[in-house]
Amino acid sequence: MAAELSRPRRSRQHWIERLTGTGFALPAFALLIMVNLLPLIAVLYLSLTDYEFGALEAKFVGLANLNKALSDPIIRRSLSNTLLYVAIVLPGSVLLALAVAVLVHGRRRTRGFYEVAYFLPVTSTLIAMATVWQFLLHPRLGPVNAALRWFGLAEVPFLSDPAWALPTLAVIGIWQLLGFNMVLFLAGLSAIPKDLYEAAEIDGVATGIDRFLTITWPLLGPTTMFVIVTTSITAFKVFDTVAVMTRGGPMGSSEVLLYNIYLEGFQYFHTGYAAALTVIFLFFILAFSVAQTFALERRVHY
Amino acid sequence: MASVELKSIGKSFGSTPVLGGIDLAVADGEFMTLVGPSGCGKTTLIRIIAGIESQDAGAVLIGGSSIDHLRPHERRVAMVFQSYALYPHMSVRGNLSLPLVMSRLRLHERVPLIRLLSSRRRETMHSIEGEVEAVAQQLQLGALLDRRPAQLSGGQRQRVALGRAMVRHPDVFLMDEPLSNLDAKLRVHMRTELAELHQRLGATFIYVTHDQVEAMTMSDRVAMMDAGHILQLGTPTELYGRPANVKVAQFIGSPTINLLPGSVGSNDAVELLGRRLQLAVDLPAGSPLTIGLRPEALTAVPANTAPADAGSLPARLRRRENLGAEHILHFDLPGAALPPVVARAPPELQLPADGHVALTFDPLACHLFDPSGARVEARRAEGSRDPVVVPFRS
Ligand SMILES: Nc1ncnc2c1ncn2[C@@H]1O[C@H](COP(=O)(O)OP(=O)(O)OP(=O)(O)O)[C@@H](O)[C@H]1O
Ligand SMILES: [Mg+2]
Repeated sequence: MAAELSRPRRSRQHWIERLTGTGFALPAFALLIMVNLLPLIAVLYLSLTDYEFGALEAKFVGLANLNKALSDPIIRRSLSNTLLYVAIVLPGSVLLALAVAVLVHGRRRTRGFYEVAYFLPVTSTLIAMATVWQFLLHPRLGPVNAALRWFGLAEVPFLSDPAWALPTLAVIGIWQLLGFNMVLFLAGLSAIPKDLYEAAEIDGVATGIDRFLTITWPLLGPTTMFVIVTTSITAFKVFDTVAVMTRGGPMGSSEVLLYNIYLEGFQYFHTGYAAALTVIFLFFILAFSVAQTFALERRVHY
Repeated sequence: MASVELKSIGKSFGSTPVLGGIDLAVADGEFMTLVGPSGCGKTTLIRIIAGIESQDAGAVLIGGSSIDHLRPHERRVAMVFQSYALYPHMSVRGNLSLPLVMSRLRLHERVPLIRLLSSRRRETMHSIEGEVEAVAQQLQLGALLDRRPAQLSGGQRQRVALGRAMVRHPDVFLMDEPLSNLDAKLRVHMRTELAELHQRLGATFIYVTHDQVEAMTMSDRVAMMDAGHILQLGTPTELYGRPANVKVAQFIGSPTINLLPGSVGSNDAVELLGRRLQLAVDLPAGSPLTIGLRPEALTAVPANTAPADAGSLPARLRRRENLGAEHILHFDLPGAALPPVVARAPPELQLPADGHVALTFDPLACHLFDPSGARVEARRAEGSRDPVVVPFRS
């Protein structure tokens, strides 16, 4: 009897709880939709139109923008430039940061100095530092070329030679990301218990290489995954050095995807087309994150 | 063959001296326990033996030869850490194999990918596998070989740590409080296991603990340390029966020894709380003494029935703890603000309803310590030289 009576009451209680819960969650959820998802949907919609900035109406053109972009040699080149840039910056800044972090982690008194020194480029604005780089790399006035001359080597027109421009920008990209990645790796290194190294030493893990392979590298797995994902996304978003130092030149050799989006959207006001490029851009970012998460996840969890 | 000898080992961290010239000789196959309060330098000492820490002064000899120039893995010692220090990213199998992999495979046979080129690797791994299985069997880890440490219970992790030490067949096992993270019941069980393991392996064990029960039950000899020095070195029986220092007396034994103020009276006689005992010492009259009485040395009898030739203290029962096989009695002493006195008693012991008793003891059961804490040997005072006590006897 009692059980039969209580059942409807229990389900009513259940409904009240669910309604209350939903009510509380709703404002946050609505905000999330408006702030994060609506702009994305707007971009998706714009990419299907021929809307131009300032125009009063837009025509629905379907996938025409996307087709045009994918067959546009300029866009293809900027996409491959961007991927090349990522391909240089990602291993460069991750491996170098790991090496620097391992070395800095071993310092005691000087550790603070190295941390600050490597982190400085992260805190300085890249636009301002770009002028410094422009001076450093100047063919006639810059100290880099002066040093090359002193060693008896040929001058390198770093930013004005199509073959050199993108790699040069990539090196600046590495320079800027190194400190940030190093700090992430340092945090990862500090989390490895010291007694593991001591146990390993007794077990015969005697050299630096063995220590790294048996303890450090496997235990940095989660950190490394995070660093790889953030670095590749940051590198894929390269824009400011291109915009202020080369403007995509010489001869489009340093044009990157984001720079093209900027040109189409804010210089030529082809908003719909820029939106289509943005969709391509977002697709790549998403693909990176998903691929890396799945590829690495299996190996880093313990 | 694998005796361990420490010759005046000294160590400071910065300006803090931690070890002040430790001399210790551990015989081959001996189970030596280092006990002492927290911070006395036990861990530092075995880390120095293992080679993880280096001493500032002195020498470590294993098997008669100096090993100070050897790296930890070359010393034929294995260490079990208090935290176990298992490799979290490796399975139990991986943890147990690592010491063998490191000693038997060359670098290029261990590096990922490159190792696939080696033909020798496969056979070596096969033999390592066999040895690991054998050790796992001994420690009942056979079914757990493919688990990660995070998927093990505390006791299982402890056994993996032990197994990792065993696979290399070291001459010396160093153990730093290996049981301190286990619950009480498992600890008792592992005590037996460790003692049996020691007998089976015949290796030298140096075992650090601050649990005096572990020290008493497992060791051949115990070195009691305090503030970077060895206070006493001896068998558990010696440390319990003839503590060389008041700190040893306090540390060893549970419940803790009762310490009462005493002094030297006239004719070298020892006085406890102003009462003469039938004990004499060779100290000037008036010297203060600390008198220690083990809880089992005290017998509670109804007041006024104390046997004449025994020492006796008037006391009042405060609390009775029932441990089943025996009772622990807590007594207040009258007068001065003295700590409660604890005695063991058989469960059937009847005490007066008002709790007023006399605690009697054999004077020779008293442990005497001078103000510096050092043991003072006493002899039974001859009756004739003891005019005050004699009339009370009859
Ligand atoms: N790396 C270090 N730097 C500075 N002081 C240290 C260091 N390691 C230990 N000490 C100090 O040395 C003393 C002895 O430490 P140790 O770890 O040997 O004590 P312990 O006897 O093992 O104590 P416990 O029973 O708590 O483990 C302590 O006072 C400790 O503070
Ligand atoms: Mg310790």
